[in-house]
Amino acid sequence: MNRIPLIHISRRKDIVWYKAWLIRIIAIILALVLCGIITMVTTGLNPIKVYAAMIDGTFGTTRRIWMLCQNIAILLCISIALAPAFKMRFWNLGGDGQALMGALGAAAVMILLGDKIPNGLLILIMVVVSIVCGAIWAVIPAVFKARWNTNETLFTLMMNYVAIQLVAFFVIVWEVPKGAGKIGIINQNTNAGWFPQVGGSKYLLNIIIVAVLTIAMFIYMKYSKHGYELSVVGESEPTARYVGIKVRKVIIRTMVLSGALCGVAGLLLVGGTDHTLTTTLVSGRGFTGVMVAWLAKFNPIYMVLTSFLIVFLQRGSGEITTAYSLNQSYGDIITGIILFFIIGCEFFLNYKVSFRKSHKEVA
Amino acid sequence: MFGFLLSFIPRAVSQGIPLMFGAVGETITEKSGNLNLGTAGIMYVGGICGVIGSFLYETKTGIENMNAFLGILIPLVCCLLGSLIMGLIYCFLTVTLRANQNVTGLAMTTFGVGFGNFFGGSLIKLSGADVPSIALSRTSQFFSAKLPFAKDLGWFGQIFLSYSFLAYTAVAMAIIASVVIFHTKLGLQLRAVGESPSTADAAGINVTRYKYFATCIGAMVSGLGGLYYVMDYASGVWSNDAFGDRGWLAIALVIFTIWRPAHSIWASILFGGLYILHIFIPSGTNLAIKELYQMAPYVVTIIVLIFTSLRNKRENQPPASLGLSYFREDR
Repeated sequence: MNRIPLIHISRRKDIVWYKAWLIRIIAIILALVLCGIITMVTTGLNPIKVYAAMIDGTFGTTRRIWMLCQNIAILLCISIALAPAFKMRFWNLGGDGQALMGALGAAAVMILLGDKIPNGLLILIMVVVSIVCGAIWAVIPAVFKARWNTNETLFTLMMNYVAIQLVAFFVIVWEVPKGAGKIGIINQNTNAGWFPQVGGSKYLLNIIIVAVLTIAMFIYMKYSKHGYELSVVGESEPTARYVGIKVRKVIIRTMVLSGALCGVAGLLLVGGTDHTLTTTLVSGRGFTGVMVAWLAKFNPIYMVLTSFLIVFLQRGSGEITTAYSLNQSYGDIITGIILFFIIGCEFFLNYKVSFRKSHKEVA
Repeated sequence: MFGFLLSFIPRAVSQGIPLMFGAVGETITEKSGNLNLGTAGIMYVGGICGVIGSFLYETKTGIENMNAFLGILIPLVCCLLGSLIMGLIYCFLTVTLRANQNVTGLAMTTFGVGFGNFFGGSLIKLSGADVPSIALSRTSQFFSAKLPFAKDLGWFGQIFLSYSFLAYTAVAMAIIASVVIFHTKLGLQLRAVGESPSTADAAGINVTRYKYFATCIGAMVSGLGGLYYVMDYASGVWSNDAFGDRGWLAIALVIFTIWRPAHSIWASILFGGLYILHIFIPSGTNLAIKELYQMAPYVVTIIVLIFTSLRNKRENQPPASLGLSYFREDR
């Protein structure tokens, strides 16, 4: 008799939305339980207290809520920038570098032109320069991908490090004071090139800009011709070519958009909140953005949720580490474990697992 | 000039060894069609697991009573175990659960780097030991023991024999991997799995088993790179984020060597040299220029990437199913 496998896996055609969310929520709860057990075993702390500290660390004060929103805004901006590229199956791992180049562009304008021209014009030039810088950093790998099918995953990855070194170079060129090895706050006395405060908070303008961009990206990807073309290219390049879509043009156009939006994220960091330039300004959001975009199935509206989840974990665990004097990387471990569970639970959304029925029935 | 090379080459080699481990491990993994971007994380985990093992051993037995054999064996086994677990996580997610490989790899890197830095920063507090910092000098002595007669052989000894046993292990791994992948039936079947899993499946090869074994062995080899870095290169001192972006460079090296492990021997030494080139180039007081020199390994990788795609030779291409999950019923 032939052996019948115990488990049979088949692809799901469709899944009801509440079932999908139930699976995701179960995965997150399981991940939190596992994280709790690991916390208890390694540190001896009460996991429930740890989670309470996380929630307090994220929502505890008005300032913390602002910080939460600001962090979500920047991460979301990079995630919506990466989403169209991923939908096209172009693995843009260069979000870090593109955002950093945008930041470099904005900082360069602030330093070189600050106080020489009216503030309104200065900010306008900052916007243009940082968008162009981000777009250039993205379009270089895109051209090679479109023309010679060069591996974009590694190309964009390497561009990150080139950008970091370029920023490190300019940080030393512009260092204040000489020999400090850092730029410090740019135009601290004149505030030239600083974005105007809206509603008395330096964070609100960034949040509004990103909210508008998110909605625009949702419409672009879902309802525009461009959005349709890039999803066809992502599904099947031969099909796209057959129906007359110019694949090369779509790749380059989408990557210009992707890089430009990453540049905007850099601009918001330099012009809006931080007013400085360091090599760690973007702090790995280009990579986190990949996961945010992917977990949300490239839907900009869902990305608000996924970026909230990630930022909550990072800010919350930052709070635990100061409260219990643990190393601050604890948050990365928790984030990693939760990501493993969410990544893993996708399987149960896409596939149906059925167990072998009893032998009599089979026979 | 000769004097310069005499001091430059040994340093380039010891920079290159972690990259060599990483590149060989990643090549083995990629030959099975798995693009493991978690290598950076795996190398951190490998390093810190070795540190945890030897730290517990050093503090429990006391530095005087340490046995050289156990002093090497314990960190080695811990490192291999830690990397193996990382490899298993990756395989379970991407092979069994068919998750996206890039996302899984990035999550592994987040987890692995966090794991390394967390235990590196909190190990002393967690274990309640009475030491100011993690400095495993005794274990490091075992690991960096060199051939006793290397010094007597002048320049030859300095360039070829002045390394520890893990360095030679890396070279041996590269050669063994190359022979197995390209000259044995096992390697042929592995490559078949990476090129076309459905064909391999039809030929009766167990695709899942090959993917699991190749990825886990690859992860363990990569993990050794982390161990070498802490125990030998950094003389047993763990400092957070010190390992840096070497994991990503190792992935770049796989492309640089066009998926041939034997080539990673010279290529990783070359990259090691590029990595430290900025120290040797005289730039006077202009510190900024040094930052630009540090771009060298990345720019070289990009150029190689472009050239391999321009020449577009069939034997220089990545495994055809690289990055894709395999589901038998999806044909």
